[in-house]
Amino acid sequence: MQPKPFALRIFDIAAILVLGIATYLALTAPTERVMGEVQKVFYFHVGTAWTALLGFILGGVFSVIYLITKNLKWDKFQVAAIEVSLVFFLITIVLGSIWARPAWNTWWTWDPRLTTAAITELIYIAYFMLRQGIDDPDRRARFGAVYALVGALSAPITFFAIRLFRTIHPVVIGGTNPEADGGFSMTSDMLTAFFFALFAFSIIFIDLFWNRIRLGDLQEKVEQLKLKISM
Amino acid sequence: MLVFSLLIILIFNFALELDVRTRQSVTAGVLWSTFAFAGTLGLNRSMAIEKDRGCLDGLLLAPVDRSAIYFGKVISNLAFMLLVELIVLPVYSLLYSVNLFQPGLLLVILLGSIGYAGVGTLLSTMAVQTRTRDILLPILLFPVVIPVLLAAVKASGGFLRGADWEEILLPLNLLITYDVIFIALAFMVFDNVVEE
Repeated sequence: MQPKPFALRIFDIAAILVLGIATYLALTAPTERVMGEVQKVFYFHVGTAWTALLGFILGGVFSVIYLITKNLKWDKFQVAAIEVSLVFFLITIVLGSIWARPAWNTWWTWDPRLTTAAITELIYIAYFMLRQGIDDPDRRARFGAVYALVGALSAPITFFAIRLFRTIHPVVIGGTNPEADGGFSMTSDMLTAFFFALFAFSIIFIDLFWNRIRLGDLQEKVEQLKLKISM
Repeated sequence: MLVFSLLIILIFNFALELDVRTRQSVTAGVLWSTFAFAGTLGLNRSMAIEKDRGCLDGLLLAPVDRSAIYFGKVISNLAFMLLVELIVLPVYSLLYSVNLFQPGLLLVILLGSIGYAGVGTLLSTMAVQTRTRDILLPILLFPVVIPVLLAAVKASGGFLRGADWEEILLPLNLLITYDVIFIALAFMVFDNVVEE
């Protein structure tokens, strides 16, 4: 087994460090006047959301590259990006829900963003269910890439569709618009914490992404060894 | 597929207690849920019979472009869906005394069915080649066709209420956009789905 690359080790340590610093900054940032302590969730909420979306977009890009080149390396990258993003996005939704309870007085509303988030999460869960049902690695990669592409195209359209639905047909739920209810302006300390959280989650994402690619390599090797033994 | 969709309408009748007032607001929703559920059944069957006796391999041997197979399947699936819809609509009209035969509504149903069959054919081709087969199709399909269902319900509801043209135009545009984008995408990637 190859040892972990040196750069990856550095990323591992850096990821833990920046997470610690981001937590510290978020906790020491000034408390928001109206919402109080719960607003601190916001730093991590945006951080995870940003990286998750980045990962989903990367997944879509990798699937296009895979479909053109048919090189299994891109499939590994794609799975890694989507798997890490799936977890980050779940964290985003849960954190948002925690924030929404005191801010909007409900855990969940059928706001365009929330609904799109839920559907996107479901699309990528379906993506993994599809992959699990296929044994042949080539076919798994091809189907995965096709579905990731369909999903990546469908998510933005869903967003527009729901927005159209709601703006024309308003449902009276108090303050479903994040800009209208729960918006606030940040002081410079808060901005520092905010941007550092974005930076921190980007580092953590890269670290996890890289580790996951490495795991994919190892998985492949194990499968090859298993095949060798059975023959 | 047909009996199934009639049963769904019956179930909705009891589940939602479709009295005269609720009927007005939920007719579009009930219709589209029926089409969506019945549609997965039809899509599954249509691809499963190709797979079971190796018909798909035979089709792939034919000296035609792969996209011809895709469009052929889409058209046959669409024909089945429209046929079922053609029977469900009068039955629904009869049972609940709502007039569903409006040209606008029929247009929405056609556009929605095209989008549904277009994506559904691509995904069902993938689903039948997996281990879980039939169970997988709705899980793959539903999150992806939500825009179609949303826009179709919105537009159908608009036509049924006799709403302003501007209100209906937006979802209608969305339906057309979706149809174009996804059929183009399926056309481009279908080769990858049937390749051996």
